Amino acid sequence: MNWEVIIKWLPRLAEGATLTIELVAIAVLAGLILALPLGIARASQHWYVRALPYAYIFFFRGTPLLVQLFLVYYGMAQFEVIRKGPLWPYLRDPYWCAIITMTLHTAAYIAEIIRGAIQAVPPGEVEAARALGMSKWQALFHIILPRAARIGLPAYSNEVILMLKASALASTITLLELTGMARTIIARTYLPVEIFFAAGLFYLLIAFVLVRAFRLLERWLRVDAMHQGR
Amino acid sequence: MTLDLYGFGPALAAGTLMTIKLALSALSLGLVLGLLGALAKTSPLRPLQWLGDAYSTIVRGVPELLWVLLIYFGTVNGMHALGALFGRPDLELSPFAAGTIALGLCFGSYATEVFRGAILAIPKGHREAGLALGLSKTRILWRLVLPQMWRIALPGLGNLFMILMKDTALVSVVGLGEIMRSAQIAVSVTKQPFTFFMVAALIYLSLTIIAMIGLHFLEKRASRGFVRGSR
Repeated sequence: MNWEVIIKWLPRLAEGATLTIELVAIAVLAGLILALPLGIARASQHWYVRALPYAYIFFFRGTPLLVQLFLVYYGMAQFEVIRKGPLWPYLRDPYWCAIITMTLHTAAYIAEIIRGAIQAVPPGEVEAARALGMSKWQALFHIILPRAARIGLPAYSNEVILMLKASALASTITLLELTGMARTIIARTYLPVEIFFAAGLFYLLIAFVLVRAFRLLERWLRVDAMHQGR
Repeated sequence: MTLDLYGFGPALAAGTLMTIKLALSALSLGLVLGLLGALAKTSPLRPLQWLGDAYSTIVRGVPELLWVLLIYFGTVNGMHALGALFGRPDLELSPFAAGTIALGLCFGSYATEVFRGAILAIPKGHREAGLALGLSKTRILWRLVLPQMWRIALPGLGNLFMILMKDTALVSVVGLGEIMRSAQIAVSVTKQPFTFFMVAALIYLSLTIIAMIGLHFLEKRASRGFVRGSR
Protein backbone atom coordinates (compact mmCIF):
# COMPACT_ATOMS: atom_id res chain seq x y z
CA MET A 1 0.00 0.00 0.00
CA ASN A 2 1.40 3.32 -1.14
CA TRP A 3 0.30 5.74 1.60
CA GLU A 4 2.11 8.75 0.19
CA VAL A 5 -0.01 8.65 -2.95
CA ILE A 6 -3.19 8.46 -0.90
CA ILE A 7 -2.17 11.46 1.19
CA LYS A 8 -1.12 13.39 -1.88
CA TRP A 9 -4.51 12.97 -3.56
CA LEU A 10 -6.62 13.32 -0.42
CA PRO A 11 -7.63 16.95 -1.14
CA ARG A 12 -8.96 16.03 -4.60
CA LEU A 13 -10.90 13.10 -3.13
CA ALA A 14 -12.36 15.42 -0.49
CA GLU A 15 -13.46 17.69 -3.34
CA GLY A 16 -15.26 14.71 -4.89
CA ALA A 17 -16.78 13.87 -1.52
CA THR A 18 -18.31 17.36 -1.23
CA LEU A 19 -20.00 16.91 -4.60
CA THR A 20 -21.25 13.49 -3.48
CA ILE A 21 -22.72 14.99 -0.31
CA GLU A 22 -24.27 17.84 -2.31
CA LEU A 23 -25.92 15.45 -4.79
CA VAL A 24 -27.27 13.19 -2.05
CA ALA A 25 -28.52 16.07 0.11
CA ILE A 26 -30.43 17.72 -2.74
CA ALA A 27 -31.82 14.40 -4.01
CA VAL A 28 -33.12 13.13 -0.65
CA LEU A 29 -34.66 16.50 0.29
CA ALA A 30 -36.26 17.15 -3.12
CA GLY A 31 -37.23 13.47 -3.21
CA LEU A 32 -38.97 13.81 0.15
CA ILE A 33 -40.99 16.81 -1.08
CA LEU A 34 -41.96 14.96 -4.27
CA ALA A 35 -42.70 11.76 -2.36
CA LEU A 36 -45.17 13.35 0.09
CA PRO A 37 -48.08 13.74 -2.36
CA LEU A 38 -47.11 10.45 -4.03
CA GLY A 39 -47.11 8.54 -0.75
CA ILE A 40 -50.35 10.14 0.45
CA ALA A 41 -52.04 9.33 -2.86
CA ARG A 42 -50.61 5.80 -2.75
CA ALA A 43 -52.25 5.25 0.66
CA SER A 44 -55.63 6.43 -0.66
CA GLN A 45 -58.65 4.16 -0.51
CA HIS A 46 -59.71 4.99 -4.08
CA TRP A 47 -58.10 2.91 -6.80
CA TYR A 48 -58.02 5.80 -9.32
CA VAL A 49 -55.99 7.93 -6.90
CA ARG A 50 -53.63 5.01 -6.18
CA ALA A 51 -53.08 3.93 -9.79
CA LEU A 52 -50.78 6.69 -11.03
CA PRO A 53 -48.38 6.77 -8.05
CA TYR A 54 -48.36 2.97 -8.15
CA ALA A 55 -47.22 2.94 -11.78
CA TYR A 56 -44.59 5.60 -11.05
CA ILE A 57 -43.24 3.69 -8.06
CA PHE A 58 -43.29 0.39 -9.94
CA PHE A 59 -41.26 1.79 -12.83
CA PHE A 60 -38.64 3.52 -10.69
CA ARG A 61 -38.23 0.64 -8.26
CA GLY A 62 -38.25 -2.03 -10.96
CA THR A 63 -35.47 -0.64 -13.15
CA PRO A 64 -31.82 0.03 -12.30
CA LEU A 65 -30.81 3.61 -11.49
CA LEU A 66 -28.14 3.33 -14.20
CA VAL A 67 -30.84 2.84 -16.86
CA GLN A 68 -32.80 5.81 -15.54
CA LEU A 69 -29.67 7.94 -15.52
CA PHE A 70 -28.88 7.04 -19.14
CA LEU A 71 -32.51 7.60 -20.16
CA VAL A 72 -32.36 11.17 -18.89
CA TYR A 73 -28.78 12.05 -19.83
CA TYR A 74 -28.50 10.33 -23.25
CA GLY A 75 -32.14 9.50 -24.01
CA MET A 76 -33.62 13.00 -23.90
CA ALA A 77 -31.35 14.15 -26.74
CA GLN A 78 -33.21 11.85 -29.14
CA PHE A 79 -36.15 14.25 -29.27
CA GLU A 80 -35.96 17.39 -31.38
CA VAL A 81 -38.64 19.06 -29.21
CA ILE A 82 -36.53 18.75 -26.06
CA ARG A 83 -33.33 19.89 -27.75
CA LYS A 84 -35.13 23.01 -28.97
CA GLY A 85 -37.00 23.44 -25.66
CA PRO A 86 -36.28 25.81 -22.76
CA LEU A 87 -35.09 23.00 -20.45
CA TRP A 88 -32.27 21.88 -22.75
CA PRO A 89 -29.48 23.81 -20.94
CA TYR A 90 -30.34 21.79 -17.83
CA LEU A 91 -30.93 18.43 -19.49
CA ARG A 92 -27.59 18.74 -21.29
CA ASP A 93 -25.71 19.21 -18.02
CA PRO A 94 -24.70 15.97 -16.25
CA TYR A 95 -25.03 17.69 -12.85
CA TRP A 96 -28.71 18.50 -13.36
CA CYS A 97 -29.38 15.14 -15.00
CA ALA A 98 -27.91 13.36 -11.97
CA ILE A 99 -29.98 15.49 -9.58
CA ILE A 100 -33.21 15.04 -11.57
CA THR A 101 -32.78 11.27 -11.91
CA MET A 102 -31.68 10.65 -8.33
CA THR A 103 -34.60 12.74 -7.06
CA LEU A 104 -37.16 10.88 -9.19
CA HIS A 105 -35.58 7.55 -8.18
CA THR A 106 -35.44 8.14 -4.45
CA ALA A 107 -38.92 9.73 -4.44
CA ALA A 108 -40.37 6.37 -5.50
CA TYR A 109 -38.71 4.61 -2.57
CA ILE A 110 -39.58 7.36 -0.07
CA ALA A 111 -43.20 7.33 -1.27
CA GLU A 112 -43.40 3.64 -0.35
CA ILE A 113 -41.93 4.44 3.08
CA ILE A 114 -44.52 7.19 3.58
CA ARG A 115 -47.35 4.88 2.51
CA GLY A 116 -46.18 2.21 4.95
CA ALA A 117 -45.86 4.77 7.73
CA ILE A 118 -49.32 6.26 7.05
CA GLN A 119 -50.88 2.82 7.13
CA ALA A 120 -49.05 2.04 10.38
CA VAL A 121 -50.68 4.95 12.23
CA PRO A 122 -53.13 3.32 14.66
CA PRO A 123 -56.65 3.68 13.21
CA GLY A 124 -58.00 4.60 16.65
CA GLU A 125 -56.01 7.84 16.65
CA VAL A 126 -57.39 8.85 13.26
CA GLU A 127 -60.90 8.00 14.39
CA ALA A 128 -60.38 10.01 17.58
CA ALA A 129 -59.32 13.04 15.51
CA ARG A 130 -62.37 12.70 13.30
CA ALA A 131 -64.61 12.28 16.34
CA LEU A 132 -63.21 15.55 17.73
CA GLY A 133 -64.56 17.23 14.62
CA MET A 134 -61.35 17.54 12.59
CA SER A 135 -61.81 17.47 8.85
CA LYS A 136 -60.05 14.81 6.78
CA TRP A 137 -57.31 17.26 5.84
CA GLN A 138 -56.90 18.53 9.39
CA ALA A 139 -56.54 14.95 10.60
CA LEU A 140 -53.99 14.33 7.86
CA PHE A 141 -51.82 17.33 8.73
CA HIS A 142 -52.18 17.39 12.52
CA ILE A 143 -52.40 13.71 13.39
CA ILE A 144 -51.46 11.31 10.58
CA LEU A 145 -48.41 13.01 9.06
CA PRO A 146 -46.62 13.91 12.34
CA ARG A 147 -47.14 10.34 13.53
CA ALA A 148 -46.09 8.87 10.20
CA ALA A 149 -42.94 11.02 10.18
CA ARG A 150 -41.76 9.36 13.37
CA ILE A 151 -42.73 5.88 12.20
CA GLY A 152 -41.01 6.33 8.84
CA LEU A 153 -37.83 8.06 10.03
CA PRO A 154 -35.67 4.93 10.53
CA ALA A 155 -36.60 3.69 7.03
CA TYR A 156 -35.88 7.15 5.62
CA SER A 157 -32.41 7.13 7.15
CA ASN A 158 -31.78 3.78 5.43
CA GLU A 159 -32.87 5.29 2.14
CA VAL A 160 -30.44 8.19 2.59
CA ILE A 161 -27.55 5.73 3.06
CA LEU A 162 -28.68 3.78 -0.01
CA MET A 163 -28.72 7.02 -2.01
CA LEU A 164 -25.22 7.84 -0.78
CA LYS A 165 -24.08 4.58 -2.36
CA ALA A 166 -26.23 5.05 -5.44
CA SER A 167 -24.65 8.46 -6.03
CA ALA A 168 -21.52 6.63 -7.20
CA LEU A 169 -23.41 5.99 -10.44
CA ALA A 170 -23.24 9.70 -11.27
CA SER A 171 -19.62 9.00 -12.24
CA THR A 172 -20.91 7.08 -15.30
CA ILE A 173 -22.29 10.32 -16.76
CA THR A 174 -18.92 12.07 -16.32
CA LEU A 175 -19.60 13.75 -12.97
CA LEU A 176 -16.52 14.06 -10.78
CA GLU A 177 -18.06 13.03 -7.49
CA LEU A 178 -16.15 10.72 -5.13
CA THR A 179 -16.08 7.66 -7.43
CA GLY A 180 -15.62 9.77 -10.58
CA MET A 181 -12.75 11.64 -8.95
CA ALA A 182 -11.16 8.36 -7.88
CA ARG A 183 -11.34 7.03 -11.44
CA THR A 184 -9.77 10.23 -12.79
CA ILE A 185 -6.93 10.01 -10.30
CA ILE A 186 -6.39 6.33 -11.15
CA ALA A 187 -6.21 7.15 -14.85
CA ARG A 188 -3.24 9.34 -13.93
CA THR A 189 -1.50 7.29 -11.21
CA TYR A 190 -2.35 3.69 -12.24
CA LEU A 191 -2.88 2.82 -8.58
CA PRO A 192 -6.45 1.48 -8.44
CA VAL A 193 -6.17 -0.34 -5.10
CA GLU A 194 -4.85 2.63 -3.12
CA ILE A 195 -7.22 5.23 -4.55
CA PHE A 196 -10.36 3.07 -4.47
CA PHE A 197 -9.44 2.10 -0.89
CA ALA A 198 -9.24 5.78 0.06
CA ALA A 199 -12.54 6.51 -1.71
CA GLY A 200 -14.14 3.59 0.15
CA LEU A 201 -12.94 5.06 3.45
CA PHE A 202 -14.60 8.37 2.54
CA TYR A 203 -17.90 6.58 1.86
CA LEU A 204 -17.66 4.68 5.15
CA LEU A 205 -16.94 7.92 6.99
CA ILE A 206 -19.89 9.76 5.41
CA ALA A 207 -22.20 6.80 6.12
CA PHE A 208 -21.00 6.68 9.73
CA VAL A 209 -21.68 10.39 10.24
CA LEU A 210 -25.13 10.08 8.64
CA VAL A 211 -26.07 7.12 10.84
CA ARG A 212 -25.01 9.09 13.93
CA ALA A 213 -26.89 12.21 12.81
CA PHE A 214 -30.10 10.26 12.24
CA ARG A 215 -29.76 8.63 15.64
CA LEU A 216 -29.60 12.11 17.20
CA LEU A 217 -32.61 13.21 15.16
CA GLU A 218 -34.55 10.15 16.31
CA ARG A 219 -33.72 10.96 19.91
CA TRP A 220 -34.75 14.59 19.39
CA LEU A 221 -38.08 13.56 17.83
CA ARG A 222 -38.41 10.92 20.59
CA VAL A 223 -39.04 8.12 18.11
CA ASP A 224 -38.33 5.42 20.67
CA ALA A 225 -40.78 6.92 23.19
CA MET A 226 -43.60 5.77 20.91
CA HIS A 227 -42.91 2.13 21.60
CA GLN A 228 -42.72 2.39 25.38
CA GLY A 229 -46.48 2.31 25.94
CA ARG A 230 -46.89 -1.07 24.29
CA MET B 1 -47.14 -0.63 -31.28
CA THR B 2 -44.28 -1.74 -33.43
CA LEU B 3 -40.80 -1.16 -32.20
CA ASP B 4 -37.92 -1.00 -34.64
CA LEU B 5 -34.84 -2.47 -32.96
CA TYR B 6 -32.68 -2.08 -36.10
CA GLY B 7 -31.68 -5.75 -35.92
CA PHE B 8 -30.38 -5.46 -32.33
CA GLY B 9 -33.06 -7.77 -30.94
CA PRO B 10 -30.83 -10.89 -30.79
CA ALA B 11 -28.00 -8.87 -29.16
CA LEU B 12 -30.39 -7.64 -26.47
CA ALA B 13 -31.66 -11.18 -25.94
CA ALA B 14 -28.08 -12.40 -25.52
CA GLY B 15 -27.51 -9.54 -23.05
CA THR B 16 -30.59 -10.57 -21.10
CA LEU B 17 -29.28 -14.11 -20.88
CA MET B 18 -25.94 -12.80 -19.61
CA THR B 19 -27.71 -10.67 -16.99
CA ILE B 20 -29.61 -13.72 -15.76
CA LYS B 21 -26.42 -15.81 -15.64
CA LEU B 22 -24.59 -13.10 -13.72
CA ALA B 23 -27.47 -12.63 -11.28
CA LEU B 24 -27.69 -16.36 -10.57
CA SER B 25 -23.96 -16.89 -10.12
CA ALA B 26 -23.69 -13.84 -7.85
CA LEU B 27 -26.70 -15.17 -5.93
CA SER B 28 -24.97 -18.53 -5.36
CA LEU B 29 -21.80 -16.89 -4.10
CA GLY B 30 -23.79 -14.39 -2.03
CA LEU B 31 -25.88 -17.07 -0.34
CA VAL B 32 -22.74 -18.96 0.72
CA LEU B 33 -21.09 -15.77 1.99
CA GLY B 34 -24.27 -14.66 3.75
CA LEU B 35 -24.64 -18.01 5.48
CA LEU B 36 -21.00 -18.00 6.57
CA GLY B 37 -21.33 -14.39 7.74
CA ALA B 38 -24.45 -15.17 9.76
CA LEU B 39 -22.87 -18.27 11.33
CA ALA B 40 -19.80 -16.21 12.22
CA LYS B 41 -21.92 -13.45 13.72
CA THR B 42 -23.97 -15.84 15.85
CA SER B 43 -21.02 -18.02 16.87
CA PRO B 44 -19.85 -17.95 20.48
CA LEU B 45 -16.27 -17.23 19.36
CA ARG B 46 -15.30 -13.57 19.69
CA PRO B 47 -12.88 -13.36 16.72
CA LEU B 48 -15.50 -14.92 14.42
CA GLN B 49 -18.15 -12.45 15.62
CA TRP B 50 -15.75 -9.64 14.99
CA LEU B 51 -14.99 -10.93 11.50
CA GLY B 52 -18.68 -11.21 10.61
CA ASP B 53 -19.34 -7.72 11.92
CA ALA B 54 -16.44 -6.25 9.97
CA TYR B 55 -17.58 -7.96 6.79
CA SER B 56 -21.17 -6.77 6.88
CA THR B 57 -20.31 -3.25 8.06
CA ILE B 58 -17.52 -2.52 5.61
CA VAL B 59 -19.10 -4.07 2.52
CA ARG B 60 -22.47 -2.42 3.15
CA GLY B 61 -20.88 0.98 3.68
CA VAL B 62 -19.18 1.18 0.29
CA PRO B 63 -21.06 1.60 -3.04
CA GLU B 64 -21.60 -1.49 -5.21
CA LEU B 65 -20.09 0.32 -8.18
CA LEU B 66 -16.90 0.91 -6.21
CA TRP B 67 -16.67 -2.83 -5.42
CA VAL B 68 -17.10 -3.72 -9.07
CA LEU B 69 -14.36 -1.28 -10.09
CA LEU B 70 -12.07 -2.24 -7.22
CA ILE B 71 -12.32 -5.95 -7.90
CA TYR B 72 -11.97 -5.61 -11.66
CA PHE B 73 -9.15 -3.04 -11.81
CA GLY B 74 -7.65 -3.64 -8.39
CA THR B 75 -6.82 -7.31 -8.91
CA VAL B 76 -4.91 -6.90 -12.17
CA ASN B 77 -1.48 -6.80 -10.51
CA GLY B 78 -2.28 -9.54 -8.04
CA MET B 79 -3.62 -11.83 -10.75
CA HIS B 80 -0.55 -11.19 -12.93
CA ALA B 81 1.70 -12.14 -10.02
CA LEU B 82 -0.39 -15.23 -9.37
CA GLY B 83 -0.35 -16.13 -13.06
CA ALA B 84 3.44 -15.79 -13.18
CA LEU B 85 3.66 -18.52 -10.53
CA PHE B 86 1.81 -20.94 -12.79
CA GLY B 87 3.55 -19.83 -15.95
CA ARG B 88 0.56 -17.88 -17.28
CA PRO B 89 1.55 -14.21 -16.91
CA ASP B 90 -1.53 -12.93 -18.78
CA LEU B 91 -3.91 -14.29 -16.14
CA GLU B 92 -6.67 -11.83 -15.16
CA LEU B 93 -10.23 -11.74 -13.89
CA SER B 94 -12.86 -11.66 -16.61
CA PRO B 95 -15.57 -8.97 -16.23
CA PHE B 96 -18.00 -11.81 -15.50
CA ALA B 97 -15.85 -13.20 -12.67
CA ALA B 98 -15.22 -9.72 -11.25
CA GLY B 99 -18.93 -8.92 -11.43
CA THR B 100 -19.87 -12.20 -9.74
CA ILE B 101 -17.41 -11.61 -6.92
CA ALA B 102 -18.36 -7.96 -6.39
CA LEU B 103 -22.13 -8.48 -6.50
CA GLY B 104 -21.89 -11.72 -4.52
CA LEU B 105 -19.89 -9.87 -1.87
CA CYS B 106 -22.52 -7.12 -1.61
CA PHE B 107 -25.45 -9.58 -1.64
CA GLY B 108 -23.70 -11.66 1.03
CA SER B 109 -23.23 -8.68 3.34
CA TYR B 110 -26.95 -7.94 3.37
CA ALA B 111 -27.86 -11.65 3.43
CA THR B 112 -25.70 -11.97 6.56
CA GLU B 113 -28.20 -9.78 8.42
CA VAL B 114 -31.22 -11.60 6.96
CA PHE B 115 -29.83 -15.03 7.88
CA ARG B 116 -28.78 -13.83 11.32
CA GLY B 117 -32.32 -12.61 12.00
CA ALA B 118 -33.67 -15.96 10.83
CA ILE B 119 -31.26 -17.93 13.03
CA LEU B 120 -32.25 -15.85 16.05
CA ALA B 121 -35.95 -16.40 15.23
CA ILE B 122 -35.66 -20.17 15.65
CA PRO B 123 -36.77 -21.08 19.16
CA LYS B 124 -33.91 -22.14 21.42
CA GLY B 125 -35.86 -25.22 22.46
CA HIS B 126 -35.50 -26.73 18.98
CA ARG B 127 -31.73 -26.74 19.26
CA GLU B 128 -31.87 -28.06 22.81
CA ALA B 129 -34.23 -30.81 21.66
CA GLY B 130 -31.68 -31.76 19.00
CA LEU B 131 -28.92 -31.85 21.61
CA ALA B 132 -31.08 -33.93 23.93
CA LEU B 133 -31.66 -36.41 21.10
CA GLY B 134 -27.91 -36.75 20.79
CA LEU B 135 -27.52 -35.05 17.40
CA SER B 136 -24.11 -33.63 16.61
CA LYS B 137 -23.66 -29.88 16.12
CA THR B 138 -23.37 -30.12 12.33
CA ARG B 139 -26.42 -32.36 12.16
CA ILE B 140 -28.42 -29.86 14.19
CA LEU B 141 -27.33 -27.16 11.76
CA TRP B 142 -28.24 -29.15 8.63
CA ARG B 143 -31.37 -30.87 9.87
CA LEU B 144 -32.91 -28.39 12.31
CA VAL B 145 -31.64 -24.87 11.83
CA LEU B 146 -31.16 -24.52 8.08
CA PRO B 147 -34.52 -25.99 6.93
CA GLN B 148 -36.44 -23.71 9.31
CA MET B 149 -34.26 -20.71 8.58
CA TRP B 150 -35.06 -20.94 4.87
CA ARG B 151 -38.75 -20.16 5.45
CA ILE B 152 -38.06 -17.16 7.68
CA ALA B 153 -35.27 -15.75 5.52
CA LEU B 154 -37.01 -16.12 2.15
CA PRO B 155 -38.93 -12.80 1.99
CA GLY B 156 -35.79 -10.86 2.93
CA LEU B 157 -33.66 -12.78 0.45
CA GLY B 158 -36.26 -12.15 -2.24
CA ASN B 159 -35.94 -8.39 -1.76
CA LEU B 160 -32.16 -8.69 -1.90
CA PHE B 161 -32.37 -10.70 -5.12
CA MET B 162 -34.44 -7.94 -6.78
CA ILE B 163 -31.78 -5.42 -5.74
CA LEU B 164 -29.05 -7.76 -7.03
CA MET B 165 -30.76 -8.09 -10.40
CA LYS B 166 -30.80 -4.32 -10.84
CA ASP B 167 -27.20 -4.06 -9.66
CA THR B 168 -26.08 -6.35 -12.49
CA ALA B 169 -26.39 -3.26 -14.70
CA LEU B 170 -23.29 -1.89 -12.92
CA VAL B 171 -21.08 -4.60 -14.41
CA SER B 172 -21.62 -3.03 -17.86
CA VAL B 173 -19.15 -0.38 -16.63
CA VAL B 174 -16.30 -2.93 -16.82
CA GLY B 175 -17.47 -4.14 -20.23
CA LEU B 176 -19.53 -7.28 -19.60
CA GLY B 177 -22.00 -7.84 -22.45
CA GLU B 178 -25.22 -7.79 -20.44
CA ILE B 179 -28.42 -5.82 -21.15
CA MET B 180 -26.99 -2.34 -20.56
CA ARG B 181 -23.87 -3.00 -22.58
CA SER B 182 -25.91 -4.38 -25.50
CA ALA B 183 -28.14 -1.31 -25.32
CA GLN B 184 -25.13 1.02 -25.27
CA ILE B 185 -23.67 -0.67 -28.35
CA ALA B 186 -27.02 -0.41 -30.13
CA VAL B 187 -27.19 3.28 -29.19
CA SER B 188 -23.73 4.02 -30.53
CA VAL B 189 -24.72 2.56 -33.92
CA THR B 190 -28.32 3.75 -34.28
CA LYS B 191 -28.19 7.07 -32.34
CA GLN B 192 -31.52 6.19 -30.71
CA PRO B 193 -30.63 6.40 -27.00
CA PHE B 194 -34.14 6.82 -25.62
CA THR B 195 -35.54 3.85 -27.57
CA PHE B 196 -32.85 1.40 -26.53
CA PHE B 197 -32.50 2.45 -22.90
CA MET B 198 -36.29 2.30 -22.62
CA VAL B 199 -36.22 -1.23 -24.05
CA ALA B 200 -33.52 -2.09 -21.49
CA ALA B 201 -35.70 -0.63 -18.72
CA LEU B 202 -38.65 -2.74 -19.90
CA ILE B 203 -36.49 -5.88 -19.95
CA TYR B 204 -35.45 -5.20 -16.33
CA LEU B 205 -39.09 -4.59 -15.40
CA SER B 206 -40.14 -7.93 -16.89
CA LEU B 207 -37.27 -9.71 -15.13
CA THR B 208 -38.44 -8.12 -11.87
CA ILE B 209 -42.01 -9.28 -12.50
CA ILE B 210 -40.84 -12.83 -13.29
CA ALA B 211 -38.72 -12.87 -10.11
CA MET B 212 -41.69 -11.61 -8.09
CA ILE B 213 -43.90 -14.42 -9.40
CA GLY B 214 -41.19 -17.02 -8.79
CA LEU B 215 -40.67 -15.76 -5.25
CA HIS B 216 -44.37 -15.89 -4.57
CA PHE B 217 -44.39 -19.62 -5.38
CA LEU B 218 -41.20 -20.29 -3.42
CA GLU B 219 -42.65 -18.52 -0.37
CA LYS B 220 -45.87 -20.46 -0.71
CA ARG B 221 -43.93 -23.72 -0.86
CA ALA B 222 -41.58 -22.83 2.00
CA SER B 223 -44.42 -21.86 4.33
CA ARG B 224 -46.66 -24.86 3.68
CA GLY B 225 -48.05 -26.05 6.95
CA PHE B 226 -47.56 -22.58 8.41
CA VAL B 227 -50.10 -20.55 6.44
CA ARG B 228 -53.07 -19.42 8.44
CA GLY B 229 -56.52 -19.27 6.92
CA SER B 230 -56.84 -15.50 7.30
CA ARG B 231 -53.88 -14.74 5.05
